[in-house]
Amino acid sequence: MSFDIVLWLVQDGIVNGAIYALLALALLLVFAVTRAIFVPQGEFISYAALSLALLQAGKLPGTVYVLVGGGAIAALLDIAVALRDKAPGRLPRILAVYVLLPLAMAGIAWWAAPRKLDMWIQVLIVFGLVVPLGPILYRVAYRPLAGASVLVLFIISMAAHYVLTGLGLVFFGGEGLRSQAFSGAHFKIGVLNISAQSVLVVLATVLIMASLWLFFEHSIYGKALRATAINRVGARLVGIPAELSGSLALTLAAFIGAVSGVLIAPITTIYYDTGFLIGLKGFVGAILGGMGSYPLAAIGAVGVGLLESFSSFWASAFKESIVFTIIIPVLVWRSLTTRHVEDEEE
Amino acid sequence: MNRRLLAALALAGAFAATAASAEITVGVSLGSTGPGSSLGIPYKNAFQLVPKTLGGEPVKYIILDDQSKPDEAAKNARKFVTEDKVDAMMGSNGVPSAVAMIQVAAENKTPMIALTPVPPLSPDRLHWTFVVPQPTELMMSAVVEHLKAHGAKSVGYIGFSDTWGDLVHNALQSLAPAGGFKIITNERYARADTSVTGQVLKIMAANPDVVVVGGSGTGGALPQIALRERGYKGAIYHNHGTVNLAFIKVGGKAVEGAIAPTGALIVAEELPASFPTKKVSLDFVKRYESSFGAGSRNAFAGYSYDGVALLNAAVPVALKKAKPGTPEFREALRAALENVKNIIGTHGVYNMSASNHNGLDDRGRVLVDVSNGQWRLMK
Repeated sequence: MSFDIVLWLVQDGIVNGAIYALLALALLLVFAVTRAIFVPQGEFISYAALSLALLQAGKLPGTVYVLVGGGAIAALLDIAVALRDKAPGRLPRILAVYVLLPLAMAGIAWWAAPRKLDMWIQVLIVFGLVVPLGPILYRVAYRPLAGASVLVLFIISMAAHYVLTGLGLVFFGGEGLRSQAFSGAHFKIGVLNISAQSVLVVLATVLIMASLWLFFEHSIYGKALRATAINRVGARLVGIPAELSGSLALTLAAFIGAVSGVLIAPITTIYYDTGFLIGLKGFVGAILGGMGSYPLAAIGAVGVGLLESFSSFWASAFKESIVFTIIIPVLVWRSLTTRHVEDEEE
Repeated sequence: MNRRLLAALALAGAFAATAASAEITVGVSLGSTGPGSSLGIPYKNAFQLVPKTLGGEPVKYIILDDQSKPDEAAKNARKFVTEDKVDAMMGSNGVPSAVAMIQVAAENKTPMIALTPVPPLSPDRLHWTFVVPQPTELMMSAVVEHLKAHGAKSVGYIGFSDTWGDLVHNALQSLAPAGGFKIITNERYARADTSVTGQVLKIMAANPDVVVVGGSGTGGALPQIALRERGYKGAIYHNHGTVNLAFIKVGGKAVEGAIAPTGALIVAEELPASFPTKKVSLDFVKRYESSFGAGSRNAFAGYSYDGVALLNAAVPVALKKAKPGTPEFREALRAALENVKNIIGTHGVYNMSASNHNGLDDRGRVLVDVSNGQWRLMK
């Protein structure tokens, strides 16, 4: 194995690792705030990537139906609560958030699809279609059982994953799609021939991490999320609504998923169910990082990317086994070195 | 309950049973959801185009989804034999699912039309199983002839890390001595992989004359794109699982020049007038595309259609011996299937025998390549 190959593999590993790192952050964020292992994270990637590819092909992505339908269900749930509480004053806001916003986004997508607008505008439309799925998913799936145990929340996650994957198959079909690259440029550095797309992936990852840090450190909502993550009861006592934190966490997760999807769509073929495996590798990264620290999770995820890259060179038939097997020694080591604290509160 | 009522009920039951047995029942299990759905859906579509009769008798197709999972396929097959008392089974679009159904078919002595190429079977299973698609060896022999004619001595292989990847690799391996080449890499990847850089680097380092890809559908595009990006200049061959329009859509310019074996129906218009399946292939392709859109033609729907054509030829023979819905009819149908001769399908000409339960020959395959964004017959 020559030095050139090592460089190539490192480059490949870092690009994939950057995507996994984004997902590891999203998973960690949702887990800290809602205690749910957020399995459907991967679906946001598939939805975003496939929506972008379809918009580029001049077709209306099926995401709009999921968005409008999901929004309608969320609105019905909220309206029922509002009527029970005899608080009709909430209705305009509910309708605006869960009905008008999705309809408006669907309208924009419908208008824009045949016009094949500039790529950046298409990306914005994709964000507009995928990001609102986060709060809608929280309202429909998680909020009714927000206080349940970690296991129940995990089962909800699995259910949400299957529903979203199934809808993805219905709306996107079984074959994969690929979107055009943001830029076809290549840079030659020594033996390496680095595509502008892969530079963009790494830059976007770093940028998102930096803005997440700013968000958590300096904004009131970020601090509210951190407070909920550190101590849910305490956060509630000082007036941070758990619903707001949960909804916000899933919005961020959907945003990160959408970014990952848009970044990865030109690099590989995306199927309606590809996101799950990508999300799973992000999850492995988060576990390697101990499922508690954001920087460690990011490093763990890049580690997964590198491991994957090198094992695909040496023993490609065993690549997935190698990547998923490393969880075991890490878990054994962690369970030996850290004292388990029962955090099922209340 | 009084005795007369019981007798009346029994009589009614007996009448119901005879009424049902006039109709032929075929159980079809396909993975129209799950990871194999991109193939399962066209397989299923074809059943909208098949005749409503088999050998002149009305037929009922019971089509169930097996979610591309072998255990679900087995469950469906058991339901077919125990509850629906089917006369024959067809399925599935995944190799492991088809193998699971074959097992149930052999246990319950029911003729089974496998719609996917299957690995070599033990004699008792083969006894009840008829395989519609071209054996992988037959398909890959077209590739081997071509690369041999162009003087390739070393072949790099990259395929799916599943049964399909193994089947294509083994077929290639068995043809290697006669083809005068060596397989110098055996790399594997998964359809959901985000990158095949590592595998492609290894192939580039080994520097084979040509590369053979053992993927299917759009999944076959990823290695070819990566190889071309890294500047690989040799020919890249695929297999018959890859030949559809989605592959070209995903691969764009990078898959230009990709070579693959396939059944004749894919290039029905371009076939020479003397080609035995030209009329049947062309007719099917036209009807399929008028129902499912221009460019929607694919090999898989053709397999379903050819499977039905085999049953259609065998049923009249079996009807002379027994009534549908009976074990005797199933045995007669099996024997009749084993003896169909010169049945022209969309893919080729079927000539079954006791030792050959596929019956296709060289007329069952052509080589195609991608030129100007279309699969074209290679001259």
